This record gives sequence, C-alpha cells and structure tokens, in this order.
Amino acid sequence: MSAARDEILARVRSALADVPAAEQPDDVVVARDYRTSDDRPRDELVALLCARLIDYKAQVRQVAAAEVGDAVSQACAEMGLRRVVVADALPAQWLPGGVEVVADRPEPGAAPGASGLSASELDEIDGAVTGCAAAIAETGTIVLDGGGRCGRRAITLVPDNHICVVGEDQVVGLVPEAIARLAPAVGDRGVPVTLISGPSASSDIELTRVEGVHGPRNLLVLIAR
Amino acid sequence: MGNDQTVPVLSSAVPRRVSLFITCFNDTMFPQTGQAVVNLLERLGLRVDFPLEQTCCGQMHFNTGYAEETVELVRRFARVFGDSEVVVSPSASCVGMVRDHYPRVAELAGDRGLAAEVEALRPRVLELTELLIDRLGTEDVGAFFPHRVTYHPTCHSLRMLHAGDRPLRLLRAVRGIDLRELPEATQCCGFGGTFAIKNADTSIAMLSDKIRTILDTGAEVCASADNSCLMHIGGALSRQRAGVRTMHIAEILAQTEERR
Amino acid sequence: MTDAARHPPFPQAARVALADSQLRHNLGHATHTIRAKRAEVVAEVPDWEQLREAGRALKERVLRHLDHYLLELESAVRAAGGEVHWARDAEEGNRIVGDIVAAHGVDEVVKSKSLTTEETKLNEALAERGIRAWETDLAQLIIQLGDDMPSHILVPAIHKNRAQIRELFMSKLDDVPPDLSDDPRELAETARRHLRKLFLNTRVGISGVNFAVAETGTVSVVESEGNGRMCTTLPEVLISVMGIEKIVPAWQDLEVYMQLLPRSSTAERMNPYTSLWTGVSEGDGPREFHLVLLDNGRTNVLADQTGRQALNCIRCSACLNVCPVYERTGGHAYGSTYPGPIGAILTPLLSGLEDAGSLPYASSLCGACYEVCPVKINIPEVLVHLRHQAVQRSAAAGGWRGRLSGERLAMRAMARVFANRRLYEAAQRSGRLAQWPLVHGGKIERLPGPLAGWSSMRDLPPVPRQSFRDWWRNRS
Repeated sequence: MSAARDEILARVRSALADVPAAEQPDDVVVARDYRTSDDRPRDELVALLCARLIDYKAQVRQVAAAEVGDAVSQACAEMGLRRVVVADALPAQWLPGGVEVVADRPEPGAAPGASGLSASELDEIDGAVTGCAAAIAETGTIVLDGGGRCGRRAITLVPDNHICVVGEDQVVGLVPEAIARLAPAVGDRGVPVTLISGPSASSDIELTRVEGVHGPRNLLVLIAR
Repeated sequence: MGNDQTVPVLSSAVPRRVSLFITCFNDTMFPQTGQAVVNLLERLGLRVDFPLEQTCCGQMHFNTGYAEETVELVRRFARVFGDSEVVVSPSASCVGMVRDHYPRVAELAGDRGLAAEVEALRPRVLELTELLIDRLGTEDVGAFFPHRVTYHPTCHSLRMLHAGDRPLRLLRAVRGIDLRELPEATQCCGFGGTFAIKNADTSIAMLSDKIRTILDTGAEVCASADNSCLMHIGGALSRQRAGVRTMHIAEILAQTEERR
Repeated sequence: MTDAARHPPFPQAARVALADSQLRHNLGHATHTIRAKRAEVVAEVPDWEQLREAGRALKERVLRHLDHYLLELESAVRAAGGEVHWARDAEEGNRIVGDIVAAHGVDEVVKSKSLTTEETKLNEALAERGIRAWETDLAQLIIQLGDDMPSHILVPAIHKNRAQIRELFMSKLDDVPPDLSDDPRELAETARRHLRKLFLNTRVGISGVNFAVAETGTVSVVESEGNGRMCTTLPEVLISVMGIEKIVPAWQDLEVYMQLLPRSSTAERMNPYTSLWTGVSEGDGPREFHLVLLDNGRTNVLADQTGRQALNCIRCSACLNVCPVYERTGGHAYGSTYPGPIGAILTPLLSGLEDAGSLPYASSLCGACYEVCPVKINIPEVLVHLRHQAVQRSAAAGGWRGRLSGERLAMRAMARVFANRRLYEAAQRSGRLAQWPLVHGGKIERLPGPLAGWSSMRDLPPVPRQSFRDWWRNRS
C-alpha cells in the first residue's frame, strides 16, 4: 500500500529474526492466574462501590428501583439544575420532573449530519441524566458504552453535572468482569466506551489534587436496588 | 518482590565444610571482615577453607560494560570453587554477581561448558547471613556487642538476593546491642561502583541523605553486609568528623565477651 | 540532531540540577509522596504479581509478533471506519499529521497529552506550517506557555511551583482576573475557562494512545482531567499518534493493563477518565478518525534482544518516582523526552549511543525501578547491556584513542591482574607501598586524577599492612 508501511513491516520482520518462523503469537504463554471473578455477595459489592465512589469525590445514593424518577428529580433540584439532557433510551420512569428535559437531538438549523445537540448547545445545559453499562465496585468506576441508556459521549462530558443511574445487577466486583461484559458490544459493534471514576482531577500544580478541571465537576450516582 | 531468578536449593543440610570467597575488595582493604567471618564460622563449628587461587568475581568489570574482560574471571571463579560444597562470602553484591549475572557472562562467551559449571555452582554460593539463617538455622550466634548500632540494607542484599530481614534477625539476637531502625533504609546510599566516580555529584547527593538518616538514629556504629557501601558511607562519616564508625555485620557477630 | 545530542552529558547536566534547591525540594516531595501512595494502593491488590507477569507476557507476545499485530490492528481500525497511516520517522509522522490538518483548512488544533508527539516535536512542525497546536493537559499548557521542557512523564510541570504558574497565566493568557491568587484551585479554574472555549470550537483534535487493541481496533486514552475526552470526542476530526509498540493483542487484555497502569502511575485504583473508541461511531464523536503508526527508532529497540523489553513500557512513571537519581536531578538532566530509569535505556536504544552515551551510566543500579515496573522491564539488566555496547562502540569507533582510553587500559590491566594470582598478590603489595604519600593521620583525604571525585567528599581508609590472605597464610 505505502512505501512507509512496507518499510516498517520489513524492519519489524528483520528485527525479529531471532523469533523462530514456526512460532505463533499464542505460543507465547500468558498465565492468567490473576483474579477474573468476584464471589462476594451483591450487598457487599454495592457497599464497596459506594465507598469507592465517595473516596473519589462522587456522591452516591441507594434508592429503591421504583423511586429512581423521584430521586433524579430531587437530585436535580438539589444541584440547582434547570435544563438537563437525557440519554435517548432513558426509561421514561427515570425522567425528572421539575426541570426542562432537553432531548439530545439536533436543534432546527443545525449543521447537516449533526446527530445531537452541538457542543455549544450542550454548554448551555446544566446536567445530564443517564444509565450505564456497568459499575466496578473495586475501583468505584462507572462504565458507559455509548448505547441508548448512556447517551452520546458528549452529553456526559460538556455539562457540569452528571446524574448516573446504576442498576444493582449492573455492579461487578473486578475490572476483568467489566471488560468481559463489554466484549460483545465492542467486538461486534465497535461501541465507544468511557470509564468514569470520580469527577475529573489534576495533580499538576505541586501535586495538589484539584477536582473538576474539564468534564463534569459533580457526579451523582444513584444505585437502584 | 517477584523478580527472583529462582536458585534451586541443593540441600538444606548443614555443610561439613565451607569455602570462603573473601572478595578482592575485602582481601585487600578490609581483611578484618574476613578474619571475623572465619572466627565466627569456626566458633559455630564449621570448617573453613580458603582457596588461595581466588581473586575477583568480576562485578566491577561487568557492571561497567567490560563483559569480555569478565569472562576469564568467571572461568577462574568456577575453577577455583567448582569442588566446594558451599561457598560463603561476606559480600551481597559479589554473591549477586555470581548468582544473577554469571549465566549471562557464560552466554555472552558462547561457552556451554562454562554455562553448565555456573549452573551447578550458583545454588552453592551463599552470602554470610544466608548461610547462618538458612543453612545453620541460627539467629543467635552467641555474639556480644554493647553499642548502639543501625543497619543499612544494601541494594544488592535487598533486591538481588532478597535477603530480607535476615541480617536484622541476626543483629537483634546480639547480646547488649542497642539496635536502632534506620529511617528510609531501603534508599540507595549512592555507591553503585563506578557510579561513585562517573557521577560523583549525584552519588554525593544520595550519600548526604543516607548520612543524615544514619546520624538521626544516634548510632555509634553503622553496619551493613557490604563493605563497598560501607567504604562510601564511612568515607563521608570520616570526612565530616561525625564520630560514627562503620562495621561489617560479620565483625559484630564475631564479637563475644571474650573476644572483642 | 536529537535532543540528546544537543544536550550536555548527564554528569554535567546533573551537577547543575543538583544545585537547584527548588527543584530538589519539589521533586523530592512529589516523588516521596507518590511512592508511598503507590505502595499502599498496590498492597491492596492480592494478585498484583500475577498481573505484572501477565502484563509482561502479553507485551512479549505482541513484540515477538509485532508485524502480525500491526496488520491485525490496521485491518480492524479500517473495518471500523478509521484510516491508518504509517510513519517511518518523526518527520514523516509530523508531515502526515500536518497534511490531514491542512486538508481540513484549519489553523488551530487542540491536543491532549502525548509523549510521542513531544518526541517527534509535532507542535514545532505544525507551527512551521502556520498551524497552532494548543496543549490542553494542564501541565502541558503550563510548559507550553512557559516555553519550557517537561521534567517528568506524568507531572511534567512538577518543577514549577504555584507562584510561578500564576505568573505565567497572568502574562500569557487573556481574560485573567488581575486578582488571581496562586491557589491551585483558582489556577486550574483559569485554565479550564481558557481551554473550554477552544474545546467547544476546534474542529480537529490530536491525541496520543495508551493502548491499541489489535483484535478490535480499539484505541484508548487514559487520563485524569477530561481534556483527553474533550479532544477525542468533540472535534469532527481526530488524529491519534501512537508508537508501534503500544499494541495489546485482544480486548480482554485491557483487564490487565487497566489495573496495572492507574495504580502504578497516579497511585489510584482507577484514573478519572478512560476513553476507548473503535474507528468511527455513527452519530457519536468525530466523523473522521486517523491513526498514525510511528516507528522512529522503535524497530531498532526491537532488534536488540536484551533491549527489546524497554518497549513493554506503558509510560506509568513508577520508575521515575522511586529512582534516587531522578528524584535529585529531575528530568531535564536526561536531555530527552523520556527521563529517569526508562529514559536511560529507551533514549539510547531509540536514538543511539552516539547521542545518549552518558545515560546508561546515570544509575547506581540499585534496582528500585525493576521492583516497581508493572511490566517487569529489567532496567538494570538493560543498563549494563548498554554499558557493554558503549564500551564496544568506543573501542571500535575510536581507533587507537578508543582502544587506549584511560578507563579501558585500567580495566584491562586490572582484569589481567585478577586473572593471575601472583600478579594479584603483587598488586596488593604495591598498592600498600604506593599509597604512602597519600596517607595522613591514618586516612587518605586526597586522590589524584579521575579518582578525585571520590575524595572531594569522602575519606578513604589506607590499604592495611596485612591482607586477608597474608593473615590466613600466617595462621596455618
């Protein structure tokens, strides 16, 4: 295809002259004797997730599944949100009342090919309400997979607040479990994945951790039991 | 720490006879360490021999990049100690050289025979505290040393030999000793062989902090399992007229009420 | 000419750095703090050693079959709607990026942190074409505004304190309130406002790559601030530049690296944001994705069987944070994009010993780096290997001057002495004799020539009258 491609591949092959021609990649043994599954009971995992989320400065509340909508409304009120964007396929019963809910659709007059609100429009939005694809207890991580419940990546990035609903059956203990859950969607459909562990932070100034540089400064996680 | 090159243990029995590898360094500059090792081991009932043909393990050459020059020294070592039941040395860095790097030197020399000799020899080469704790099963060697002492665990001892707390266990059992924990003990003292010459400024900067932590313990004696580090540390303590002396751990363990 | 070639050799550069008390203080504090945090957060993980071994083995698998994985990655990225470009060296890589930017008719791009693009000096190359590249990582922004050089892989502006950063913002940014304090929170807020305008309006983003999954064509950015998400999500066009060694074989393998990297780098269980995207996703994120695969010396490293392990590096900087040399000299002394222990081996392997010959000696071989490396790079082994190469090079290249260098002569003489018992014992005796002019009051306080470095700060005990073997022979 290109001269550079050919040359780089030739250099690589020449550099690997010591590797026997018959050796296949899988012949290089990789021992996977690290933990790949977590047997802890769900209650314990949920408790751990809460603790870890709090440790990384997210807020977290456990609510009964039927009361998610109320909890979202209450959260919006507490956070002083007037306009929120929601993920396309957010369950209707999760929609908050008492705030203007903006759909993530292109505004009239938007650029051709636009798929949702523009970045500047999102900048005028106070917060986003989404579900998630999974949550990792050990690391306090929320996993978004760009799907209907999670929304486009931009909606959980530009607005300053993010309310995320996690179903208790979406909670796994370990990182390998979450990676495994995502494998089909990534492998088959190439979905974009975002791992979120607390609000953004920087330790660049004298190693003092400062939250909320870019990305939402407030993350509230509602765990639906 | 998980980086071990596993050295198979040939036997855990008490050896009938040990061959002393004194190291070129101790032979020439710190003979008292060798004397202490001999006195200590004989006191513990071991027979010690000293093959006079020994010279140097080649560590300095190898670490400075003179691998070709090291080959002959590896051959010599393998020849001199090839028949020894157990080789003991009061130098963690030299033992580390033999166990961790000799196979590489043999490989560079393309000498399969030497590689086999080295493989057979490696498990039989022990640092002093390994011999005492692992093979003799002894922590209390009957020593008496009524002084305040702090112990510096050298990088080779910690990270190559994984000697762990063997030296400390031996020191704790010394009667009369006032053993003080060295703050930030695992920090390198800055010797690093030719590093102390080629990067003298950085070496001194590291040494300054090591000296500070030693002085903070109020110890009269700084002990270690490597005289190379001790020469570097002791050199600065002497220059600063700090009134703190350095001793190899063997010299402390060799002291009893009778023999001081 | 590489950075390293322009730069004074390490011992000289270190001497200057060692005298900088602010650097010593900041860096000492920073490295000791993060060292302790890392130890704590690693101790939480019961299978840490198993993860390290898997991390090492997966890299071995990739590197031993790098051509296979490069082709698999290219195919997967293209199948997912991305474009793949190959760059033999820095210049070619920069040209490819510049061409893509120019083709879209923009003269401003936003960049998230990428050491690889620092290595290639992408920003300078773009500037020559009239394209302004805005660094959006806070520390990188600080470095850029100050026309400075990064001194640490992870916290590049660690050598600057808050007062200096405030100064910089006041003088270089518009819209800064005159009463801006030096509180880190306020400084970060200032940067946030400045950069937000850029994020919302810039059409082309440039990023680096932490891991590229060959199996699925997934590319990832692991970060803390959110500027990576901004650069990789909001622009219409995304260009990601990666060294060819950044590949991991399969999606599953991220389960290993997403545990090793956060704990080793920022000492967190997980970093705030990780973005993993595969080609182009309809309706979400950039419409165009370009992946630039960069060699720039990596195939040289690959060809060196002992040095090859340096390509395992996942740029966590754990080795920098435990290195007793780095903590005192800082990154600038290494004169390279990659400082510290990993830099001491990677830089000479990438650019050659001609330029970076002093770096393999910038180490006491204490081994602290190897202990903490999440992918088990045996840095001390590679350092000694490079020293060996340096010695061979200087012998071969230098003609008679190389062969007769003082050090070489001394080393060969000592080797001859050690190879022969009589010579050895004679040398012991003559050392004892020759030292007498140097010994005063029972010690040696001044050594001649190259050994003066020792005696500048250290005494030396005199060679005792009786060697050990003399004593041994006398007793029997």
